Amino acid sequence: MSIQTRTHVKAAEATNPQAAAAPAAKMVARDVKVFYGAKQALKGINIDILENKVLALIGPSGCGKSTFLRCLNRMNDTIDNCRVEGLISLDGEDVYGRRIDAVQLRARVGMVFQKPNPFPKSIYDNIVYGPRIHGLASHRDEMDEIVETSLKRAGLWNEVKDRLREPGTGLSGGQQQRLCIARAIAVSPEVILMDEPCSALDPIATAHIEELIDELRENYTIVIVTHNMQQAARVSQKTAFFHLGDMVECDDTEEIFTNPRDERTQGYITGRYG
Amino acid sequence: MQITVLLLVLVGLTAAGYYMGRASAVRAVGGRIAALHSVPAYYGVYVALWAGLPAFLLFLVWGASENWIVMQMVLGALPQNMTDGSEQSLSLLKADILNIAAGISTGREPDPVVLAAAERYNMLRALGDWMLLAIGSALAVAGLSYARGRIAPDLRARNLVERVINVFLVGCSLVAILTTAGIVLSLVFEAMRFFTVYPIFDFLFGLQWSPQTAIRADQVGSSGSFGAVPLFAGTLLITLIAMLVAVPVGLMSAIYMSEYAPPRVRATMKPVLEILAGIPTVVYGFFAALTMAPFVRRLGESMGMSVSSESALAAGFVMGIMIIPFVSSLSDDVINSVPQSLRDGSYGLGATRSETIRQVVLPAALPGIVAAVMLAISRAIGETMIVTMAAGLAANLTANPLQAVTTVTTQIATLLVGDQEFDSPKTLSAFGLGLVLFVVTLSLNMIALRVVQKYREKYD
Amino acid sequence: MAIARPGSYYLSEGYAARLRARYAAEQRFKAYGIAAVAAAAVMLVVLLGTIVGQGYTAFWQTQIRLEIHFDPAEIDPQGTRDRSVLATANTMKLVRDSLAAQFPDITERAERRALYDIMSSGAPFQLTRMLLDDPSLIGTTRSVWLTASDDVDQFIKGYISRDVPESARRVSDLQIRAVDALASRNAVEKQFNTVLFTGGDSREPELAGIGGAIVGSFLTLLVTLALSVPIGVAAAIYLEEFAPKNRWTDLIEVNINNLAAVPSIVFGLLGLAVFLSVFGMPRSAPVVGGLVLALMTLPTIIIASRAALKAVPPSIREAALGVGASRLQAVLHHVLPLAMPGILTGTIIGMAQALGETAPLLMIGMVAFIVDIPGGFTDSATVLPVQIFMWADSPERAFLERTSAAIMILLGFLIAMNAVAVLLRKKFERRW
Repeated sequence: MSIQTRTHVKAAEATNPQAAAAPAAKMVARDVKVFYGAKQALKGINIDILENKVLALIGPSGCGKSTFLRCLNRMNDTIDNCRVEGLISLDGEDVYGRRIDAVQLRARVGMVFQKPNPFPKSIYDNIVYGPRIHGLASHRDEMDEIVETSLKRAGLWNEVKDRLREPGTGLSGGQQQRLCIARAIAVSPEVILMDEPCSALDPIATAHIEELIDELRENYTIVIVTHNMQQAARVSQKTAFFHLGDMVECDDTEEIFTNPRDERTQGYITGRYG
Repeated sequence: MQITVLLLVLVGLTAAGYYMGRASAVRAVGGRIAALHSVPAYYGVYVALWAGLPAFLLFLVWGASENWIVMQMVLGALPQNMTDGSEQSLSLLKADILNIAAGISTGREPDPVVLAAAERYNMLRALGDWMLLAIGSALAVAGLSYARGRIAPDLRARNLVERVINVFLVGCSLVAILTTAGIVLSLVFEAMRFFTVYPIFDFLFGLQWSPQTAIRADQVGSSGSFGAVPLFAGTLLITLIAMLVAVPVGLMSAIYMSEYAPPRVRATMKPVLEILAGIPTVVYGFFAALTMAPFVRRLGESMGMSVSSESALAAGFVMGIMIIPFVSSLSDDVINSVPQSLRDGSYGLGATRSETIRQVVLPAALPGIVAAVMLAISRAIGETMIVTMAAGLAANLTANPLQAVTTVTTQIATLLVGDQEFDSPKTLSAFGLGLVLFVVTLSLNMIALRVVQKYREKYD
Repeated sequence: MAIARPGSYYLSEGYAARLRARYAAEQRFKAYGIAAVAAAAVMLVVLLGTIVGQGYTAFWQTQIRLEIHFDPAEIDPQGTRDRSVLATANTMKLVRDSLAAQFPDITERAERRALYDIMSSGAPFQLTRMLLDDPSLIGTTRSVWLTASDDVDQFIKGYISRDVPESARRVSDLQIRAVDALASRNAVEKQFNTVLFTGGDSREPELAGIGGAIVGSFLTLLVTLALSVPIGVAAAIYLEEFAPKNRWTDLIEVNINNLAAVPSIVFGLLGLAVFLSVFGMPRSAPVVGGLVLALMTLPTIIIASRAALKAVPPSIREAALGVGASRLQAVLHHVLPLAMPGILTGTIIGMAQALGETAPLLMIGMVAFIVDIPGGFTDSATVLPVQIFMWADSPERAFLERTSAAIMILLGFLIAMNAVAVLLRKKFERRW
């Protein structure tokens, strides 16, 4: 399947043809438009999200990158006057189609938010919340196992293994965010969406999370929205640059940062605006 | 009459003071207003305050104490043996004098001494009013001329006026404290008097409530029994029934309105609940007594149960309806203050809306909801009209909602309505009940408000 | 390991079944919510429906037309036309003679009495009033609409069925016959019930009105308004704009919040113990009722006013202070006017609360049976909700409908007040 198709977006023509040879796309977006009431937030986005790769979405505030991210697991459904057009598919299946349900989709495409948002429950209950509602485990042992595995994958196990019954809100900011990642992992998603996961964290916690993202790439496909270009350069293999509701260009991260095609991209990464 | 004249004089002098003050301030600087410390109007207000305020304060003090002073003078002039009697006979005597003075027939031929005292009372009051008029006017004129004399370009009129206003503002904010103090003092004081005739332990733990005391000492059953446990039990029973109606309905409607309802439904249903909240309690009482109670009775009878015509169920159910909007609006606030990020977190994991509400939003909102329910309970306990009209007076100690029970507020209302002797244990017992009611509702409110505040801080 | 099985589980038939069950639970939960809201709405409809259904007929009152001969020999034998003579004239006999003339066949004493009872005991007073207004009526014969008794009124309105045995209804066969006969001569008519609006209280339902209670409510609310608004707004200004943040102001704040939740009957106890017993103020008087209600509504007004003041952005204050105004001037000239709509809304809501309040007024004796319409703040008076309370206790069927009508009028006032508050809020609502 051809990954890049010709669109009216100028940048798409400039996309590196090498991408076509890359591994299969986990998710595909075609001409995605989003409207909030009468206001158009996205003007036709085309992106392929490759399996077991980290895709970084960068761009100035209000460019639509978070909006696009929230389309991928239909979190926009919870916003009253939001309307999505175009095609987004997961493993070739339209996520807005009849055969996929938003609840099922969100289990397969997990999400981590900008601000750590642990539930006001114990650490243990935070993790088992998802598996419990989806019926991933029914026995106590299975639950314990999920908790341990998820926390280990999120790199939090050693810090919290002795206080699993304590409230998740009592952890530090970085730990809370890792708890949220563990919580997302616990439902066994295929894709994890991260919406500026480090913007509320200090540099040390940020480094932790970044390391974690790199490790998670082995098992999951990851899309991360970030304001921080160094972060995008550090953690991602692919980068897409958004500007005013358009996707200007999408390419290998190295390409974008060393050899951007579009002058807007260049302007942004060199710090002229944004 | 004199009072009206005095008030008119005061208004006139105050207005005059304002204009005179303003004019003389302008005159003092020869029209160069910039030379004044304050704007001319402040000099006007300054003089007006001096003219009106002292006389008005005198008027207030006199108004509050006039009856008492005059009565003391009248009683002092009566023969010693008449005023020596018990407190009760003294208050009877006072009532007689007041009635005759007001021209109300007491129904029996008045004692000439009392008649004379009543005349003296009227005379003294008239005299007092005239004196008030004279002194008040004099005070106003004196204040006016003093203040006018003080006007000079460097008089800091604005600061002086603002200081007076500030004192007024502080005084007004103290009214709330005074009200609370008044409530506490009057309840405690009267309740103490009750507990001297009836032991507090028997009151709080006694199982028998029959406040009918005989008027004359030789009547049968002259000592009433004031064990309040049946009232507490009745109050709790009705409150429980009310909560069983109000909490599920109120909470579920709050959840529906804040999480599910499309904006148009919300816009129409919110006013509906607000109307429910705005209906006076007497209307609910009427509905409970004349519609709900017979309905419950017939329903019960059709199922072969014997239902009292003043069943706790009818009163409690209607009280529940009354409290629905209270629970729902408080819960609505609480649910809305649960941050959206928690909901997003749950949706992001693939939870449905109801799973999110039940397992994330409600646990997060729990403290606030508990507080809301506590406030609702306090409301139900203190509600008077519904139970007075629909729950009856039978002090049964029962947990059967189909029987009649009575409540604390019902008893307070019935004990104090109508002409009662103010000193009988029967009347005083109402203050004992009032004290219990006040303490219980106040504790509930305090705890609930504290919880709500803590809760707000958590998510703000 | 459970976690290592992504993808396939969510596509399995087992998960689909589970998803269906979860959505069913979702629908159930939502249905509970709808049911709760619907239940609240239904209860409101039932409540209002019952009251309107019971009460709308009270706005009409059955009147009976009688040929009254103003017999000079009965009214004024001496022919002095003196008002005191006219005022004490035996007009009851005029009514009775007219009835007797219409039904000459009814002669037996008990039957006669039953016949006379179809008219209200207030009917003779209507004639007396006519005479006093126009003494030239004497000697003439006029057909006059006079008020029927409440039982006849209820019969005409269909609340008393003629099909039940005579012993089980309050209107006898003879009375029904008489009313039917009068009706066949077009002498029975339901007319607009002005007495309901203008009259004072009465033991006779057909003569009872809420005029006195409305005036009483008005006087009481006037006192409440005059006290609670200045004090409440001043307290709010102090607490919001001037008060230092310390233990005292915290105490006042906690105190106000708690006072707002004190049961209203406790305020009645306060009024009884302090205003009546200590200060010796008159029982049943609007001034005391107004005082008690003012204390009760004070927290509402303070809280609403504070919210309104808080909503005015600090930039307004800073701007005023910046051009040299004192803090008081900044507040009085700039902040207060901007906060006024909010304060006004809070005030109206507080007044609506006070208008509907009953319990504390029972404590201070406003529950007395008062026939006269109060003329001043210290006259004995009752208020609308208390009147409703008293009428609700009356056994007569006609009082049931009048109570409902009084409730409709009370609710009308409340709705009007709240509508004004809503309009004010809409009109002046401003977002900064």
